[in-house]
Amino acid sequence: MSSPFLGAFSFLVDRSDVVLHDLATHLEISAEAVGIALVIGLPLGVFLGHIHRFSFLAINISNLGRALPSLALLAIFLPIVGIGQTDVLIALTVLAFPPILTNAYVAIDQVDPEVVDAAKGIGLHPMQVLLNVELPLALPLVFAGIRTSAVFVVATATLAGFFGGGGLGDIINNQESYRLSGVIGASYVLIVLAFLVQLLFVGVERLVTPAGLRVSRGLLGRLSRPTNDPSATPEAAEEGALQTTH
Amino acid sequence: MVPFSVNAGGGPTIPNFGETSSCVQNNGTFCWDWFTQNWSSRVDFQARLVEHVELTVIAVVIGFAISFVLAVLAHRARWVVAPVTFVGSLLYTIPSVAAFEILVTITGINDVTVEIALVSYTLLILFTNTLAGLSNVSPDVVDAARGTGLTDTQILVRVELPLAVPTIIAGLRVAVVTIISLATVAALIVPEGLGKPIFDALGAGVFNTKFIASGVLCILLALLADALFVGVQRVLTPWATARRAR
Repeated sequence: MSSPFLGAFSFLVDRSDVVLHDLATHLEISAEAVGIALVIGLPLGVFLGHIHRFSFLAINISNLGRALPSLALLAIFLPIVGIGQTDVLIALTVLAFPPILTNAYVAIDQVDPEVVDAAKGIGLHPMQVLLNVELPLALPLVFAGIRTSAVFVVATATLAGFFGGGGLGDIINNQESYRLSGVIGASYVLIVLAFLVQLLFVGVERLVTPAGLRVSRGLLGRLSRPTNDPSATPEAAEEGALQTTH
Repeated sequence: MVPFSVNAGGGPTIPNFGETSSCVQNNGTFCWDWFTQNWSSRVDFQARLVEHVELTVIAVVIGFAISFVLAVLAHRARWVVAPVTFVGSLLYTIPSVAAFEILVTITGINDVTVEIALVSYTLLILFTNTLAGLSNVSPDVVDAARGTGLTDTQILVRVELPLAVPTIIAGLRVAVVTIISLATVAALIVPEGLGKPIFDALGAGVFNTKFIASGVLCILLALLADALFVGVQRVLTPWATARRAR
């Protein structure tokens, strides 16, 4: 019997129709969840950060979010909305939301007050301060939040396959049909996908980092940095408040 | 043996799940009677809860032991930081379902497999926080300690480690909550923990109460663990509380 680890590669080639179809669904569910979370979380986080209010809410929501086990959320929403994609989408969106909101809040909130004062001093409107000063300086951290969220959602979307939502988890959930080689093959794709999403967002983060903030560190250095969840920084958790490092 | 009962009409025998209430028959959203009947028998939520705690505690204890040694090492020899952080991030990015499925093919269906995966997810968080705790100790404090004639080892044990405790606890807090979430997914490969009733219920028709009970217990466990560590942090660092009160 050939090794399932090698068999997995032939599965990926032989059943590329199934794999590609499930991969597409996987990306679709993930993108929808992150998309909805972005539409709600980003403006809210940016606004709260701009007015420097409700820090308790904006910060603790990410602590709360981390305490919500993904499988538990899927299980709890299931009886309410029924099994299938809606259940999966709701659970994933709830999980995608906290890092986006918290990072957006912190990113804007922590922009150097002197810079903001200077911008006001030369006569910029609050809206101009936000768009021309605060946002550009905050973008790297904002994108770090989106990255945390996206990597997490792409990994967690696997559970959709068990809850009738399709995606790569569907292959893993059907070992009877796809054999062990299929399960391992889907796992390979999943791992590669997680790393690609990570890489993609690291790249985007570099692109959006204003030249003045850019510190040259290799791609590896970037990758090996822990996920930039501000509330997960030691100081933050220690004080129960939030600080971030660039 | 499952007790059977014959219904009054002499129709088909149905399994007697205790006193089958109308809630259970109609698959109500949450049947409290069914939950109490299954708390310490049949589904046995109590036992699943205990298993869940065991899986989590073992993973965090082993993960902390490894991370602690590595962090102390890295504190002395900075070159250790980059490779450990890099490997830790790689492991952390691997989606848990993929990790479980691939590992189970190598190490078999047992707790060791589950723990290998769970431990690998604690390393990045615990290493980063322990190291940050040690590195954040003020150089003045270390100088003062050295001035009083303490050796490097004495400085580590008597000065740096005690001062690093809050940051280390903060890391443990994040790790424990993360592992509680991932341990539900472990039920994919071993029939243990609060994920088991969820996957069972998916395989055996959608019985709402089972989903909600498992999901809510899991979230409560995570929130309780989170609160526990916040409490421990307060007790161990009275100065932080005093500072806040001022």
